[in-house]
Amino acid sequence: MTALVLIEVENGRVRQASRSAIAAASHFGDVDVLLLGEAPAEAASRLSGIRRALHAPSLKHALAEQAAALLAGLAGSYSHILSAASSTGKNILPRLAGLLDVQPISDVVAIKDESTFVRPIYAGNALATVQSSDSVKIMTIRSSSFDPVSEDGNEAAIETLETPADDGKSRFVKLEQSQSDRPELEVARVVISGGKGLKDASNFHTLLEPVADRLGAAIGASRAAVDSGFAPNEMQVGQTGKVVAPELYIATGLSGAIQHLAGMKDSRVIVAINIDPEAPIFKVADYGMVGDLFEILPALAKAL
Amino acid sequence: MKVLVPVKRVVDYNIKPRVAADGSGVETQGVKMSMNPFDEIALEEALRLREKGQADEVVAVTIGPQVAQDVLRTAMAMGADRAILIQTDAEVEPRAVSSLLKAVVEKEQPGLVSMGKQAIDDDMNATGQMLAARLGWPQGTFASRVEIADGRVEVAREVDGGTETVSLSLPAVITADLRLNEPRYASLPNIMKARKKPLETIEAGSLGVDLTPHLKIVSVAEPPERKAGIIVETVEELVQKLKTEAKVI
Amino acid sequence: MTQPQSDNTAIEREEMAFDVVIVGGGPAGLTAAIRLKQKNPDLSVCLLEKGSEVGAHIVSGAVLEPTTLAELFPDWKERGAPLDTPVSSEKLLFLTEKAALPVPALHLLMPQMDNRGNYVISLGAFCRWLGEQAEALGVEIYPGFAGADLFIEDGRVCGVITGDMGVNRKGEEKPDYMPGMILRASQTILAEGARGSLSKKAMNTFDLRKGADPQTFGLGIKEVWEIPAEKHRPGFVQHSFGWPLDTHTYGGAFLYHFGKNLVSYGFITALDYRNPWLSPFEEMQRTKQHPAFREHFEGGRRIIYGARAISEGGVQSLPHPVFPGGVLTGDCAGFLNMPKIKGIHTSMKSGIIAAEAVMEAIQTEQAEASSYMERLKSSWLWKELHAARNIRPAFSHWGMLGGALYSGIDSMIFRGQAPWTLRHRHADNETLIPAEKAPRISYPKADGKLTFNRAESVFLSNLSHDEDQPVHLKVQDMATWKNTNLARFAAPESRYCPAGVYETSETDELVINAQNCVHCKSCDIKDPDQNINWCTPEGSSGPNYPSGM
Ligand SMILES: Cc1cc2nc3c(=O)[nH]c(=O)nc-3n(C[C@H](O)[C@H](O)[C@H](O)COP(=O)(O)OP(=O)(O)OC[C@H]3O[C@@H](n4cnc5c(N)ncnc54)[C@H](O)[C@@H]3O)c2cc1C
Ligand SMILES: Cc1cc2nc3c(=O)[nH]c(=O)nc-3n(C[C@H](O)[C@H](O)[C@H](O)COP(=O)(O)OP(=O)(O)OC[C@H]3O[C@@H](n4cnc5c(N)ncnc54)[C@H](O)[C@@H]3O)c2cc1C
Ligand code: SF4
Repeated sequence: MTALVLIEVENGRVRQASRSAIAAASHFGDVDVLLLGEAPAEAASRLSGIRRALHAPSLKHALAEQAAALLAGLAGSYSHILSAASSTGKNILPRLAGLLDVQPISDVVAIKDESTFVRPIYAGNALATVQSSDSVKIMTIRSSSFDPVSEDGNEAAIETLETPADDGKSRFVKLEQSQSDRPELEVARVVISGGKGLKDASNFHTLLEPVADRLGAAIGASRAAVDSGFAPNEMQVGQTGKVVAPELYIATGLSGAIQHLAGMKDSRVIVAINIDPEAPIFKVADYGMVGDLFEILPALAKAL
Repeated sequence: MKVLVPVKRVVDYNIKPRVAADGSGVETQGVKMSMNPFDEIALEEALRLREKGQADEVVAVTIGPQVAQDVLRTAMAMGADRAILIQTDAEVEPRAVSSLLKAVVEKEQPGLVSMGKQAIDDDMNATGQMLAARLGWPQGTFASRVEIADGRVEVAREVDGGTETVSLSLPAVITADLRLNEPRYASLPNIMKARKKPLETIEAGSLGVDLTPHLKIVSVAEPPERKAGIIVETVEELVQKLKTEAKVI
Repeated sequence: MTQPQSDNTAIEREEMAFDVVIVGGGPAGLTAAIRLKQKNPDLSVCLLEKGSEVGAHIVSGAVLEPTTLAELFPDWKERGAPLDTPVSSEKLLFLTEKAALPVPALHLLMPQMDNRGNYVISLGAFCRWLGEQAEALGVEIYPGFAGADLFIEDGRVCGVITGDMGVNRKGEEKPDYMPGMILRASQTILAEGARGSLSKKAMNTFDLRKGADPQTFGLGIKEVWEIPAEKHRPGFVQHSFGWPLDTHTYGGAFLYHFGKNLVSYGFITALDYRNPWLSPFEEMQRTKQHPAFREHFEGGRRIIYGARAISEGGVQSLPHPVFPGGVLTGDCAGFLNMPKIKGIHTSMKSGIIAAEAVMEAIQTEQAEASSYMERLKSSWLWKELHAARNIRPAFSHWGMLGGALYSGIDSMIFRGQAPWTLRHRHADNETLIPAEKAPRISYPKADGKLTFNRAESVFLSNLSHDEDQPVHLKVQDMATWKNTNLARFAAPESRYCPAGVYETSETDELVINAQNCVHCKSCDIKDPDQNINWCTPEGSSGPNYPSGM
């Protein structure tokens, strides 16, 4: 058995989510990684535990059409093909599965054996154990469930790949990124999230940021907060946003709808601040504080 | 241009799913079912394209048992012109669904397939991508904006780092994210009228697709429950607890 | 365009015409619809149900007496009616705090409680099945749409107006605003169940309660449990009275084993209770701790929670059920046999009779289905209700023990034919005594395993309710609430509401969490000054009870 992991590099470093996927892949024997785009392959070759780093520098924007075609050409040598359950992984791997007529397995949280896996369904309200009969298993990995491999502990061989010709059907236009010095949501040790209760975008900044600064925390948001324009979409936590499991998750002014809980209920410690004592978020919170966030958050920033 | 909108009948998102006591799955017997919310958004987008004059027909399709008709009726009440039921009582996984949809696409020849990015039951997030692969069409997944111009469609996609925009040649597959639009209600007069719109039924078996699942569900369990914690009265108490008891700050 | 009633003037509304419009998809409405189509397939019949699907708002016990079903569908077995659990054994218990005394020779002493030949069902599942039968006969069922108002023209009900969609909390139109629609009908059948909002309007508009005793209600709060297979005794039926209620309060618990390892447990508290400190919810919770009930839940998990009012008044309290352009059926009129705690077979029967009377009115082009009353009076339904009529009021007159004694005498000696009729003297909103004069009740704290608090309970009702819509619990005058509810009765709604909708803020204002409402209608009934008016919220709002309820 040999596994191939599609990895992502950001600012010269392999994303933590990809390193978790490699950790998952190590259950299946030797691990090769595939890096798309212009980032130097050295970061990939240093990853601990891998056998080879494959590099396709010409696939600049990791467009699914070309990436899946490339992967399909490599698939014959692998028993398992993995990636993080990131937006890139979820875009490319199911397409690969379509090319190979394989049923992909999304959001794996546990590996029972080489063909049996556990994944959440129904917004995390149930865990399904599933068994694949495909000859190549294609899956995306929930990073919060696997400890990432180290970034430095190897000097694996690098192999540069030829890429299939581009038919121009899909073209990259632009990427709008919000700049932030905060840690990435999925990997932050502390996350503070705001919901509809913050009332507007400026409160979102002025109330959450001081607390986040003191704790070195990433900032998250509920869907209602994103929909109302308080925060950009990449901050959404939940069934259809990001799934996080930090050491500490502080939920403020959000009710705790099941779709939101789906994205954060595996956090180690949960704090809820809400004016409504019956808000469902209190049911999952280790520490709850009933009250007005407009008073509590400034006080919290001061007390930290 | 014709737009094909695949829709799925799922347990309504207001219902708290309950795992069957024997661990065989999630209870769906006698539970309120409705159209997958992402599919409503995908359908709404198709209707808006038609209203803008960029599409001339919107066709909804679902794969499932006879009762799955009700989501097609809802789709037509929202505004789809007609509907197709690919009938099967089998549990079908995205692999089989995408094959069946490919057969429908070949028959209907739409210029665009607009579908939800994931179904809220199996949360698989795969069917759109797989269909695009099978057709050799480009894909615009997790769409938050869709614009058609000059024979191409520009799709803004919600990605981890922000928003990515791609331009796709048509025909293409797009999968809708939550913020693409706010779907309309099916009004009572429109529901009444939808009863008279055409609904075609095709036996899944007649499409020559292997429906056998490649992914078998071994068991389904409830996730470990989180215990509710304590209520603290003051910010000082909270900070102190986080420091000394939980030791997270 | 037509000018409808009340505040609905001047709105452009779409119209659609039917022979019959039925409001409410419970046993009464669905049976009436089926009967109409069975007798005359050419009639156009439209049925509105405010729940997101048929069954979504149905709460019942339920032990079903299959008599009317057999009249409606002699072949109900072949049609797959969900009557899977025949009653197998039965107990009626008088409870004290620690003990349970079974009432012996039940079928003699209390023949109403004899359930041999009956079935334990989920009324939600049964209504879903009735809905399928009705649709197969060509009834047009529109779930998710409430009858929001009667459509009255020239003093005659000419159909109903459905609720507006897309209005915000302040009453302004949202971008997706959609005005309700006029459903015209030659005849309108109201089948809204206990305390229907349009029924209330019809009774007021046409003075239908003249000469009738006040209607009296109970609040039924119910849980469904799933228990280990080895402890399940399909068809086991248990009722209790006595503890924990005080002797002035009529009510008790029921517990039925049915289906696949399911137990239906509930508690009915008569809403003419006097002590404003009483909480029907807490009474139902603490009764589970009694040894006679507790064992049934061990090792199980609670899966559904809900609540619904039940009409207890009997024949004395029946309004005149006919008005120009329509009729009242089922629990919204009050066709329930309280000593039996059974209203399904009776509401179905009233549905059958209403269908036949309405058909005659349409044929003869009469505004009033005037034969309804005669047909009712010559049916077994009337005889049954007449025989049962004195039992429930006896409890209000003489308390729990006196009532029980009377009920034995009435059944054994007079066999329901006593030459007198006991009256209901008070409406339920008139019975509270001031809080300061009433003993406070201290209820045990929920343990999270057997007993629960309201918030976590309502979670199991699968509520959906867009908060950005007008509050559907209309308090007419806040000053009245302060002077009466708060000052005299210590805000009783905060205790009787089974969903925790009403709260009193620290500044003594009434807070209404309308999104929690499970549509039981108790506030509309019990509010002392009748200051709270329950109106239909946007269609599909409210609970989504799965089958099993
Ligand atoms: C298919 C689908 C997918 C979804 N995916 C997601 C998802 O990925 N992530 C997600 O988050 N949601 C998701 N949702 C939406 C979800 O159902 C909820 O609507 C959403 O999470 C609600 O956001 P909220 O808690 O911020 O808002 P609300 O539910 O409106 O809660 C606001 C809270 O703020 C509190 N509050 C108000 N004022 C104050 C104050 N001054 N001080 C303290 N507290 C205050 C209130 O008590 C209330 O509890 C999804 C829904 C669907 C249908
Ligand atoms: C806890 C409890 C236990 C019971 N146990 C038993 C038992 O064991 N055996 C028995 O025979 N009976 C029992 N009953 C009584 C029985 O359930 C009722 O008598 C029966 O359901 C009445 O039927 P109905 O059709 O009149 O009203 P309902 O069953 O109340 O149905 C009314 C329907 O109309 C809908 N509706 C109401 N207003 C509107 C509107 N304006 N627009 C659109 N839709 C509307 C409602 O959503 C509902 O679906 C019990 C009742 C309760 C509450
Ligand atoms: S608000 Fe009224 S109708 Fe709604 S649940 Fe409470 S008491 Fe019942």
